Amino acid sequence: MSAAAAFFYLFAGMTVASGFMVISSRNPVASVLFLILAFVNAAGLFVLLGAEFLAMILVVVYVGAVAVLFLFVVMMLDVDFAQLRQGFQQYLPIGALIGAILLIEILLVVGSWTIDPGLVQAPLGPLASAESVTNTQALGRVLYTDYVFYFQLAGLVLLVAMIGAIVLTLRDRPGVKRQNIATQNARTQGMAVETRKVPSRQGVEV
Amino acid sequence: MNAAQIVMPSLGPALPELILAVGVLVLILYGSFRGERSAEAVNVGALVLLVLALFVVMSQSGAKITTLNGSFIVDGFSKVMKVLILLGSAAAILLSRDYFQRERIDRFEFPLLILLCTIGMLVMASANDLIAMYLGLELQSLAAYVIAAFHRDNLRSTEAGLKYFVLGALSSGMLLYGSSLVYGFTGTVSFPGIVAALSDGNAGFGIVLGIVFVAAGVAFKMSAVPFHMWTPDVYEGSPTPVTAFFASAPKMAAVAMTVRIFIGAFPDVTAIWQQIIVFIAIASMALGSFAAIGQRSIKRLMAYSSIGNIGYALVGLAAGSQAGISGVVIYMIIYLAMTLGAFAVILSLRRGGQMFETLDDLSGLSRTHPVLAFCLAAMMFSLAGIPPLAGFFGKYFVFRAAIEANLVALAIIGVVTSVVGAFYYLRLVKVMYFDEPLAPYDPMPPGLRIVLGLSTVVVVLFVLLPAPLRGAADAAAKSLF
Repeated sequence: MSAAAAFFYLFAGMTVASGFMVISSRNPVASVLFLILAFVNAAGLFVLLGAEFLAMILVVVYVGAVAVLFLFVVMMLDVDFAQLRQGFQQYLPIGALIGAILLIEILLVVGSWTIDPGLVQAPLGPLASAESVTNTQALGRVLYTDYVFYFQLAGLVLLVAMIGAIVLTLRDRPGVKRQNIATQNARTQGMAVETRKVPSRQGVEV
Repeated sequence: MNAAQIVMPSLGPALPELILAVGVLVLILYGSFRGERSAEAVNVGALVLLVLALFVVMSQSGAKITTLNGSFIVDGFSKVMKVLILLGSAAAILLSRDYFQRERIDRFEFPLLILLCTIGMLVMASANDLIAMYLGLELQSLAAYVIAAFHRDNLRSTEAGLKYFVLGALSSGMLLYGSSLVYGFTGTVSFPGIVAALSDGNAGFGIVLGIVFVAAGVAFKMSAVPFHMWTPDVYEGSPTPVTAFFASAPKMAAVAMTVRIFIGAFPDVTAIWQQIIVFIAIASMALGSFAAIGQRSIKRLMAYSSIGNIGYALVGLAAGSQAGISGVVIYMIIYLAMTLGAFAVILSLRRGGQMFETLDDLSGLSRTHPVLAFCLAAMMFSLAGIPPLAGFFGKYFVFRAAIEANLVALAIIGVVTSVVGAFYYLRLVKVMYFDEPLAPYDPMPPGLRIVLGLSTVVVVLFVLLPAPLRGAADAAAKSLF
């Protein structure tokens, strides 16, 4: 067994196992952590396929953003997962039936799947062969030349999303005490400490 | 592929969009460093940018040029629609200034969002493929959702924003689904490519389904029946200057996009989309006329009025001819003037810091504010389509085009519904001129005066000097055929 095959079985096995743990683990935080493990192993599978760009995107987007968002939601919202899972036994038969139907459908589709040999022979677009450039480079070449217009427009859409989120949610709250380091450093002993003579049996007024 | 092979696309045709995009970035930096005090300067900056872009658009020759890998087209049609869009956006900024200051929501982000929305609308008018069209639409819509909820401490405004967002996302999904079907069955996203793929005139079932979904998506953006449900609520809940904006510039962009996609991408399969457009036009005209009768709120009334007006504009598109598109363009020019003028009057109904937005608040306006009442009466007579005001000619050209295209029934239904619609427009005039006057309103701020004056001039004097607008509309329509 070659090293690539060994890694394939490692990543594939880990993906399936952690996928199973996502739905079976009792603690929702552990579920999300297993989900992250599944993503990372799937990224490993992409690397084995030579699709290193997809692998990195999977890690950056799904692990870095989506899973962390899940984690936030799970930790911040008070969702009673034990209660959500109560009907599990009751709905198991119909769930299993739907799962079986979906599995059969996928098998039927994949079984009759043929790829046009012409497509395999001549890839569309000005992409160089996989040996000379990495697929990150190849994507970058079309993204920043032919599709630069879409790229910039999508950037503006994201800018609107950012401005919108700030406009609709950011409030300045009066009366919040903030640390001002410049003021702190500018304080002298004379401003901070006051020496008073305390007359006996009279005290001082604060 | 080495560096020498990469050809820099020609950016000249996209200069107005570039000016706005770079200007927005500069203004964002300025605004975030200066803080809330910068609202005044950012407003002025945004107006200057819009006027600059307007001059650049007007100076373009109107010849057909495509650039940016064929996804961006500039021609006579895009030129006229861009002028309308920029005028609508500039008017929205002029109308908003005083209102936002009084409501204490005078923040510098508003003109920025209007500018970003405008970039999206300009791209919609210039899109030459499905991806550019969708991105332009999304840029426009996303900015619109935010400004609908701009009065964020007001329950109705946030509700309007949320409703608009949820339904808008649904309609974008439908548009995308339709686009993906069209792409799947023609093998290309570019409009000239789709034309070539469908040039034999017989489209399969997949194309038909794709066109239906695309039509549903664009009908939502134009607020045409049966995808109009959001319009009255969003128009009523949004801050009034935002409503004025929604009723003006984005309508221009949505109609431009609709014309561009149906005439630009599906000219050889007219039979498929013509029946959809005819149905949407009839339903919009009917609903716009009948549903407005019971409305007491002027903003809701204007919402139904805008639904009806989109129906009339679509009559021209349904004709599918050069005369029809020319009619659509003239109709949109006149509609822009009428809508902005009417909203300038609505925005000036303010007494001691409170806005008045129902029909009864107009009572006896002719005696307290004769000029204001005259202008609003001109807008209403024009919206009702009474000659010699501009609105009559807008309807005349689209109906004539429909009759020439053998859509006589459509034209007759249009005339009947416009008679029904005349009832509520004229009722407004009756309330202003024959009912008991109320206490006078506060004097009009200068921004409103400019917008109202210009729109009244267009509406009243169109009959004396129709040649420039008709010439522009004819040139615009000619560039599509």
